Amino acid sequence: MSEIVATVVSEGLRKTFTAPDGTSFNAIDEVSFKVRPGTLSAFVGPDGAGKTTMMRMMAGLLAPDEGALSVLGVDVRRDPQEVQNRISYMPQRFGLYEDLSVQENLDLYADLHGVPLDERKERFARMLEMTDMARFTQRPAGKLSGGMKQKLGLACTLVRVPELLLLDEPSVGVDPLSRRDLWQILEQLIGDEGLSVIVSTAYMDEAERCDEIFVLNKGRLLAEGTPEQLRGKADGLTYIATPADGMLARNLQARLIDARDCIVDAVPRGGAVRLIRAQDHEPASVSELLGGARIEPRPAELEDAFMFLLRQHETSGEGHKPPPLTAGASNAAPAVGSEDSGSEREVMIRVRDLVRRFGDFTAVANTSFDVVKGEIFGLLGPNGAGKTTTFRMLCGLLPATSGQLDVAGVNLRTARAAARARIGYVAQKFSLYSNLSVRENLEFFGGAYGLRGKMLRRRVRETLERFNLDASATCGLLPLGYKQRLAMATGLIHEPDILFLDEPTSGIDPLARRAFWRTITALSDEGVTIIVTTHFMEEAEYCDRIAIQDAGHLLALGTPREVREQAGNGETDDMDRAFIAIVEQGRARASDEQAAA
Amino acid sequence: MRSEFLVRLTALTRKETRQMLRDRSNLMVGLLLPVALILLFGYGLSFDVRDAPVAVVLDDNSAIAREAVAGIEGSRYLSPVYVDTMARAEAMLQSGKVDAIVRVPIDFSRRQVTGSATIQLILNGIDSTTATSLDAYVSASVSNAMLRRMDREGAAPHRGSITLMQRTWFNEAGISTWYLVPGLIVLVMTLVGAFLTSLLIAREWERGTQEALFVTPVRPLEIVLAKLLPYMVVGLIDLATCLLAARFLFHVPIRGSLFAIVLASSLYLAVSLLLGLFISGRTRNQFAASQVALLTSFLPALMLSGFIFDLRNVPVAVQVIAQLLPATHFMGMVKSLFLAGTDWMMVARNCTILAAYAFVLIFATRRTLRKTLD
Repeated sequence: MSEIVATVVSEGLRKTFTAPDGTSFNAIDEVSFKVRPGTLSAFVGPDGAGKTTMMRMMAGLLAPDEGALSVLGVDVRRDPQEVQNRISYMPQRFGLYEDLSVQENLDLYADLHGVPLDERKERFARMLEMTDMARFTQRPAGKLSGGMKQKLGLACTLVRVPELLLLDEPSVGVDPLSRRDLWQILEQLIGDEGLSVIVSTAYMDEAERCDEIFVLNKGRLLAEGTPEQLRGKADGLTYIATPADGMLARNLQARLIDARDCIVDAVPRGGAVRLIRAQDHEPASVSELLGGARIEPRPAELEDAFMFLLRQHETSGEGHKPPPLTAGASNAAPAVGSEDSGSEREVMIRVRDLVRRFGDFTAVANTSFDVVKGEIFGLLGPNGAGKTTTFRMLCGLLPATSGQLDVAGVNLRTARAAARARIGYVAQKFSLYSNLSVRENLEFFGGAYGLRGKMLRRRVRETLERFNLDASATCGLLPLGYKQRLAMATGLIHEPDILFLDEPTSGIDPLARRAFWRTITALSDEGVTIIVTTHFMEEAEYCDRIAIQDAGHLLALGTPREVREQAGNGETDDMDRAFIAIVEQGRARASDEQAAA
Repeated sequence: MRSEFLVRLTALTRKETRQMLRDRSNLMVGLLLPVALILLFGYGLSFDVRDAPVAVVLDDNSAIAREAVAGIEGSRYLSPVYVDTMARAEAMLQSGKVDAIVRVPIDFSRRQVTGSATIQLILNGIDSTTATSLDAYVSASVSNAMLRRMDREGAAPHRGSITLMQRTWFNEAGISTWYLVPGLIVLVMTLVGAFLTSLLIAREWERGTQEALFVTPVRPLEIVLAKLLPYMVVGLIDLATCLLAARFLFHVPIRGSLFAIVLASSLYLAVSLLLGLFISGRTRNQFAASQVALLTSFLPALMLSGFIFDLRNVPVAVQVIAQLLPATHFMGMVKSLFLAGTDWMMVARNCTILAAYAFVLIFATRRTLRKTLD
């Protein structure tokens, strides 16, 4: 094997698929690269970039339409089985048999890979110890949490030491705690066994840990290099702006992101706004937008380089069309709002001692909070924390076991129908009819909310305009970001006072996410109250207040800044780490109490 | 190489068996549905006529006339209802209270002397199977009565007249369970086979495990065989259930070789299971696969294999389709093995056809499992 100079060599690779509407598109387009042996490399890109297609081609599951691809010195197209005998691959859904136990899953994959019995014993012990699953060997895989499934998936993939390990988005849909565990295991294995690993990911902090990064977008390879080299691309363009007193960071961010010509990207972070200036605009042109905010240069990060590359690709005309900025974009950016103006505002949601039990299991324990008019309220928590249960009780889909729950001034436990007319709901898997057109979907949901005749026609027309939707497009053929906009439009058709959004941004690309949050902040300025759950911690920065739940208990409640301060130990601007710290403190407290009792 | 093949096959078979045993609902379909079918078809479906009510109108109330219809009273297939007028009898037929009317006309005794007497039989043709049976039973009982009478009077049959000595072979009493129960084995093997396995490959696709399985040294043929073996065992248990029910519940004779029956059934079972797997591999969707399996295997086996209807009376196009069905070849063979005995030439011919189907299907299924997601 010493003659192998590269683990993977790709030259002019192309893979064409047929889209649902019958047109064909290149999922991978003219991609050439080399992966050095013994490295940890990452394919990074938004959804639909071609990451999974690339991984599957390397695993010999998809045949390239053009170009050459060799893995471990073997032409994958000619001899996929030879490649498959030597690599390990973990697909996005882990490939576990849910009705088999942890041990049975391990045994199956060890048998299939022909791992000798004596080697196996040692290997299993090591894998179970690393993944901390030795206690669960008899449990069916289907009964494991998302994070544990992911670890078991990795263990099954690594029942033997492969020459190359391929992981396709190993941390998608997994909470930050489990993600951290996974990477610890991975880094330990790379250190101990000198594995060559290729992962695909949408998370920048994961890419940061890799030796080599390949940035994909819409099938094209935009850039490659070490994290260091990629960061260099955004060098000198990155700043941090601290809003003047009394101005919300997200309002400043909204003004900046609306100025698409001179600002590449802006996100709220730690009470300030991080922005990237466009290359061809002088720093002076930025300061006009700031409204008195203080601005300082900051070192470029990988995320900056990534956003820079995506925007560059988009404006070059090759990438997708820019998602038209939606609600409120035509209006002037919001006036400089004051952070404490909410104190005397009307309370829209009042929750007191809310409890929900399923049999013996307490999904939500003694939760109390208020949400005021026009507020953006975020519900965060790891998988299984009870946030979905809380959310469903708030929008009247699930009755509470005990406690008080007023929504829009109506007691939800006694007058659910009256409360429902005043709320809009956007489910995680957008409830849209895929064989109806955009207009038909809007008309249906308007009708379901009781709109009729002239009123319905007016609202449909207004909504189409506001969300910049094509009325005649068939819903099923729309890209995900577009569907997300339509889903939100259906939730708003009856002009509700409160909008509920369940994981609205999962699976949509960063540019579409920026546009989404721009709409949300605009709605909030109009006085719509917004309750949102998310697993992207950085999105908590857009919220006025957030609540962090774990194991049914409310661990933190307050503005993003207050929550970060509660986390302590200097976690002042990274929401991800603040979240992990709070959840771990909460769990430590719980186990102390248990020990004391 | 060989031992690697066995290690992988064993591992996969163990996995399939565990999955099968843990999926209660499917196992119920596999083991209890056959029992339900046996009871349903064995007891619920019968073409036999027993104690059918027949209206008897005696316009001629003479002793001879009464003797002529007395046979109806003695038959266990018929149960006479004596009615005064034809009008009432017609009303009873109309309302379904009787299945037939036997009318002895007013001139019966007079014409009987000259040998030209007639008895009128009116049948309810809505149920043509019952009508045909009643026709036969009434004619038989009437002519028996007349023969007995001639016998008693010592009158020699007219010279030159022919008496037909009728006898039915193989199913002497014409009991319909004898005819249906062997065919039931075909239905059970078809249903269990195609329905259960049609879910298997599609499930791997739907749950995303196929992708992980493909990227191991496993070969497509190993996947096919591993999915076949555990369900073969379930199918053989069902076969045993059917055979026991046939013998001890319905008292159907097993006149042919039991070995030939088991051999033929196993072959057909394999064909049926493989057809399910093939459908599963092609559709990659559990719902579609089970619908297709039902439409392409169970329903044709029920309608076109000769289970109920004689295939020689159907249009040529349907006959061609029927001949393409593996079920048709198995149906004919199993019925004759049960009731007529073993014709080894026929067994060999049909078993060869079934084996050819199994062989083709194994390779067709293997092709659907080529290790690619394209």
